Amino acid sequence: MIFSRHPLEQMLILSAIVFCCGVYTILTRKNAVSILMGVELVLNAANLNFVAFSQYTRTGGVHGNVFTIFVILLAAAEAAVALAIIIGIYQNFGRVDVDEADGMKE
Amino acid sequence: MDLHTFVSALQEQGSHAAEAAAPAFSPLMVWMVPLLPVFGFLFQTFIGRKLPKPVVSFVSCGVIFASCVLSWVFFFSVKSAGQPIVAMLGPWVQVPGLKDGLLSVIAEHKLVVDQLTCVMILVITNIGFLIHVYSISYMAEEKRYARYFSYLNLFTGFMLILVMASNVLLMFVGWEGVGLCSYLLIGFWFEKKENASAGMKAFVVNRVGDLAFTIGALTLFVYLGRTFGVWTIDFQAMKEVITAHKDAIPMGLSTFVCIMLFIGATGKSAQVPLYVWLPDAMAGPTPVSALIHAATMVTAGVYMIARLNFLFVLSPTALAVVTGVGAFTAIFAGSIGIAQNDIKKVLAYSTVSQLGFMFMGVGVGAFAAGVFHLFTHAFFKACLFLGSGSVIHGMGGEQDITKMGGLKSKMPYTYWTFLLASLALSGVPPLAGFFSKDEILWQAWSTTQFSTTGLGMWYGKIIWLIGATAAATTAFYMTRLVIKTFLDRPKWATASAFSGAGLPGGKDDESELPQDESMLDLGAIKKKPKNPSSPSNRPAPLPGPMKGDEPASADLPEDESMLDFGKIARKKAQPPPAPAPVPAASHGHDEHDHDHGHAHDLPQDESMLDLGRVRPFAAAHDAHDSHDAPAAHDSGHGHSDDSGHGHGGGHGHGEPHESPAFMLFALIVLAAGSAAVGFLGWPPALGGTNVFEHWLAPVVEAHEAKAAGHETHAKAEHEPASEEHHSNPMEYVLMLVSIGAAAGGIFFGWIVYGKRMGVPAKDFTEKHKELYELVRDKYRIDELYEAAVINPLLDLNEGTCRFDNEVVDGAVNGAARVGIIVAKGTGLVDNEVVDAAVNGAAVATQMVARKVRRAQTGNIKQYLTFALVGGLFVIAAFCLWLTRTNLWSTFTETFGGNR
Amino acid sequence: MNEHLLSLTIWIPIIGALLVTIAPKSATKGLSVLASLGAMIASILVAARFTPNAPPNSPVPGFQLIEKYTWIPISTGNIEYFLGVDGISVTMVLLTGILSFLCILASWGFEHWHTNKGIKGYFALFLLLEAGMMGVFESLDFFLFYVFWEMMLLPMYFLIGIWGGPRREYAAIKFFLYTLAGSVFMLVVMLAMYFTVDIDPATPGRQGTFNLVTLSNLGPAIFKGFWWKMAFLGLYVGFAIKVPVFPFHTWLPDAHVEAPTPISVILAGVLLKMGTYGLLRISYPLLPEAALWFAPFMMAFGTWNIIYGSLCAMAQIRGVPRVNSQTGEKFIERDLKKMIAYSSVAHMGFCLLGLAACNPAGLSGCLFQMWNHGIITSMLFLLVGVVYDRAHHRNIDGFGGLWTQMPQYGALTALAFMASLGLPGLSGFVSEFLSFAGGFQAGSEFRFEILPDRYIESATWFKVLTSISIGGVVLGAGYFLWSYQKVFQGPLNPKYATLSDMNPLEMVTVWPLAIIAVILGVYPSFYLNIIMPSINALAVHMQMPWVTGMVK
Repeated sequence: MIFSRHPLEQMLILSAIVFCCGVYTILTRKNAVSILMGVELVLNAANLNFVAFSQYTRTGGVHGNVFTIFVILLAAAEAAVALAIIIGIYQNFGRVDVDEADGMKE
Repeated sequence: MDLHTFVSALQEQGSHAAEAAAPAFSPLMVWMVPLLPVFGFLFQTFIGRKLPKPVVSFVSCGVIFASCVLSWVFFFSVKSAGQPIVAMLGPWVQVPGLKDGLLSVIAEHKLVVDQLTCVMILVITNIGFLIHVYSISYMAEEKRYARYFSYLNLFTGFMLILVMASNVLLMFVGWEGVGLCSYLLIGFWFEKKENASAGMKAFVVNRVGDLAFTIGALTLFVYLGRTFGVWTIDFQAMKEVITAHKDAIPMGLSTFVCIMLFIGATGKSAQVPLYVWLPDAMAGPTPVSALIHAATMVTAGVYMIARLNFLFVLSPTALAVVTGVGAFTAIFAGSIGIAQNDIKKVLAYSTVSQLGFMFMGVGVGAFAAGVFHLFTHAFFKACLFLGSGSVIHGMGGEQDITKMGGLKSKMPYTYWTFLLASLALSGVPPLAGFFSKDEILWQAWSTTQFSTTGLGMWYGKIIWLIGATAAATTAFYMTRLVIKTFLDRPKWATASAFSGAGLPGGKDDESELPQDESMLDLGAIKKKPKNPSSPSNRPAPLPGPMKGDEPASADLPEDESMLDFGKIARKKAQPPPAPAPVPAASHGHDEHDHDHGHAHDLPQDESMLDLGRVRPFAAAHDAHDSHDAPAAHDSGHGHSDDSGHGHGGGHGHGEPHESPAFMLFALIVLAAGSAAVGFLGWPPALGGTNVFEHWLAPVVEAHEAKAAGHETHAKAEHEPASEEHHSNPMEYVLMLVSIGAAAGGIFFGWIVYGKRMGVPAKDFTEKHKELYELVRDKYRIDELYEAAVINPLLDLNEGTCRFDNEVVDGAVNGAARVGIIVAKGTGLVDNEVVDAAVNGAAVATQMVARKVRRAQTGNIKQYLTFALVGGLFVIAAFCLWLTRTNLWSTFTETFGGNR
Repeated sequence: MNEHLLSLTIWIPIIGALLVTIAPKSATKGLSVLASLGAMIASILVAARFTPNAPPNSPVPGFQLIEKYTWIPISTGNIEYFLGVDGISVTMVLLTGILSFLCILASWGFEHWHTNKGIKGYFALFLLLEAGMMGVFESLDFFLFYVFWEMMLLPMYFLIGIWGGPRREYAAIKFFLYTLAGSVFMLVVMLAMYFTVDIDPATPGRQGTFNLVTLSNLGPAIFKGFWWKMAFLGLYVGFAIKVPVFPFHTWLPDAHVEAPTPISVILAGVLLKMGTYGLLRISYPLLPEAALWFAPFMMAFGTWNIIYGSLCAMAQIRGVPRVNSQTGEKFIERDLKKMIAYSSVAHMGFCLLGLAACNPAGLSGCLFQMWNHGIITSMLFLLVGVVYDRAHHRNIDGFGGLWTQMPQYGALTALAFMASLGLPGLSGFVSEFLSFAGGFQAGSEFRFEILPDRYIESATWFKVLTSISIGGVVLGAGYFLWSYQKVFQGPLNPKYATLSDMNPLEMVTVWPLAIIAVILGVYPSFYLNIIMPSINALAVHMQMPWVTGMVK
């Protein structure tokens, strides 16, 4: 039943699955780096959708791909920044455990 | 633009007036009579001060002499023409209202000289001139010589305006102007408190009289205007209207107006209710008393009633009141006169009683007789006052007759003139007094005036009786005065004020002489107990400096007048007040001032008329009224305010001496006048033709039964044959009775004071102590007035002012306080309520914040879950929105269903 | 057709005030004297060019030297800058000019100026005050009248409040609040009139106006009935506070006692006339029916003013125990200036008497009394200032025998006292006599119903009241002479043996007033001829009972 007839639907189902894995990883992991991995998964799911949809636009489907490049670019920037923060946390707390780093509470 | 209309009115009126009256006098010439003295006043005030004394006296006497000459000229022209002279200068108070019936009060600068005015201006100018001459030497040493003469001139000017005025308003100007001058002259030596307050008392009492006068005049003016449409206050016009509508005027109105005018007259002419100021007015210099308080001013009331005779005739009741008050005053003042020891006080009370006689005459309708008595009285009373002045002058300021005596030899001229005048006053036949007084008494007896009123015929008789007794008392006290002053034993020797050498009769050894032994005492000299009342502590003739806290008066600056333009520096250069040359006589009164008991802390002389706080007895107020009786406070010697200045310290006088020439000249002329002038009123009963009465007939003719016959006043000489004179036998009887009264008074006086050396008087005073005290203290009228009128008024003042301060101001301040309280209240509300609301909001947000704050746990995972859950909600909402069919309708369909 | 002379009298002082604020301190006195001299000359020109019997061709009948510009155009009726002068106001303009000039001269030697502290403020405020007073007397537009009326208050408040005596703030505030409260009523009535009157009924929209002349033409027909009597009462309260009349007079003694001499001269000389002038200019012409209705009560107030003022004045001589509000200690107050203040309450009572008589004699008496009171009381205050500058106290009992020490001063004060107690031959007497004559023949159909059918005719009511107020004259003689005796006669008080007589400046300010009083006493028609045509016009306009012969 998953293998339906239309290729777009199949792509959407794939991206949905990847999206859900990313979210699950974010929510359950204690380690900051694995959360980052989750975030990357979510981003890539979005890219999948873009590419899929660009195929089916009437004018030949370039918009989606251009946008995906932007997303990838941003993901890289965001990963760099996140890793810098994680290094900072590591230096302060010795571990990269997200639950310990709740200094923002007060 | 207005000066032009005034000047043109002047010329136009001038020409019109000239051809109207027969005699060709331009109005300015008539106006010169009153205006010359006023120019004299201006001259003295502005220029005269700097000039030497002879120039000042020459100018002031010259001005009066000029007026006198003019008056004689007008007299003869009126006598010959028989028509009054009218001098109209121009409109004065003119309220040009709408012509048709709207009010326009017209009072013009207009003088009228008719028969009555002639009599008055002759009296004023002639006697005034004599008194001016007299004052030259009397006030010789006075520092403020020019100021004295300026006031005297101003007075004569105002008095002339009063008698010559053609309308009520101009007369009122003279009326009040004369009051002003008497205020200034009584308080001439104002350094002493009594003189100043005596002056004020005179002015205020006159003002009370003027209050009634104004009300009466205005009521009459308005009534005439309203009912007859004639808006005027001119005597002549009023006379025409009133005589024309004689019966139309209701009795009530004319009585009210007449009584009001009469009260005004009592104020000015010192009759019973308002006479209190005249005795105190003796505080002024003696010539002033002679001129103002004997001859001229006090007669203004009689003149006014004579002038308004056409009005007074309308209401017999008013005339009855006038006669009654006149008679009562005559006897009342006469009785006080007997017990007075100050020579001027005796004469003052005799003036009051003689005025009573005049009012009696005028009251019974005999206006001519009243004015004739005024005419004769002016002569002999002026002579008496000037005589007393020369006695005081001679005695160095001594006024107490108990301290005098034996002056006959010292002052022969004064003595003889004084004797002649006092006999005239007492009514001894050949002299003036007899004729005028007898005429009044006869008219009183024979008047038919009051037959119509309820009083009936007896009223006239009672009035006559009172008049006769008053005449007797007059004779009595004049004799007492003459004997005590001139004929009695010289008592001034005992007072060792003088060297006392070479006294007549060699009685100088017994220093403790009985107080009032008479020169004519042929009886044995009874030893009298030492008279405690005359210790010889009289200071040396040249009075030493006045004791007492304040120097009596700064050394009076050099002869400055009221408007001294002298350089201020000159005054500063003077050393601080040297011992005042005021004779110690006045230090006596200082003791008075100190021992005035004061209940509360109000200052010493705070009562309005400076009558001192009420002390049980003792001559609290009349400091200058000496008491011969050994009164509680031993004043030791008469203190005479009059001697306060001027001649007191002037020429050192060893002993009483005759007065200088000027004074004697005036005395002799006046004495001669008082002897001769009587013949003018020679009654028909004695075969004479009453010249005076015929002379005044045109003015008072309306109701003179006899004179009604001839309208145009024939020449005085040839009497119209038609005038028969009823030689009523009763007239002779009355004449004898009045001669008897006068003779009896004199004889009785001589017996009591001459022959029996005042012993009966002494016994009388011992026996009836309080009665004597009462009479001597003038029935304590002043204390009565003070207690009844003045003190309540002062308390009312204080009450009103405190009411004003506390209540009215209090209300205002109270309003302010209420305002403050309301402000505080609003301030409170503002803080507690409005502010609280604002603070409350702040507190609420804080609490909410505290709750929400806990959501920020710092745990990133929670943030992410929240974010994602939020994201899901957003997506869900979006999807719902996408599928937005009418949710509500589907909802009701599923659940509602009850369509 | 606009004449600019009247604006000159108002704007010269204002320009002077501006210059004074700009110019250096040393030039202040000179400048302000110049400005007030200019204003005086302008006022004299106004009086000279004024012809009593107004020429028929003048744009506004009865008024001369007209000046009219629209100031604030409003759809429902403009506010105009409308100046004009008639018999009633021309003498007041002249009085303001003369007195202001004399007061500025008198404040030349003020002892405050030895340090020149605040001298510019003083003279600038004084000139502003003068402008305000001129404006009130000349404005014929109710709104403009109100503006100038308020404009007067401010400078007076500061002049009393800053340069006054010990209790100056209290006096200044009291003066300000009192007058302001009064003017509130005036404002209400002004607006009520504006919104009821319709100038041209033809046009649909209602067209109101502030123009007093049109209001007085239309007014009598419209302003009838109970509410307009209340409006009259409102105006009366506003003006009565200024006059001052009995219940509202307590600000006067305090203001006079605390104000410096020149200020209390201008306060007594001119400001007191605002009240009666307002009644004559606004209340009487606009609300004649209410005026005639209120006349008996106003005369009662006038009589009570006379008696009450005289009694309070006389109380000052013997001293009134007072409690000092700050320190609470008891003292006996016997202030000469307070006595004169109360005496001016009494004198203004004569004005009210004349006013209430509602006939030409009474009205001319009132106007003449306003002029005389201005002249004579200014003389009195200047003279009290003379002795205050030397002895620095005004305690009646503190002096004694000054006449020997300062004869010139004594003589002038004697003349002033005699003039103010109404001695015939001086101007005071003529105006009082006219008021009495007016009072005596006043009378309208108004009747007091005491018992069911027993009435007091108003004529008798007026006669009785006038007789009582003649009694006030006697009280006047009492307290003036008694105080004269206490201060000038009697033995010389050693403390003042060195007092110098009047200096030339004081002479210059007092002598002209004395001469005017004497001249007008001898020939009052100089003054009466100027005011009579307007008085008669007012009498006819108001249908006064006397004119219509209602009263026989």
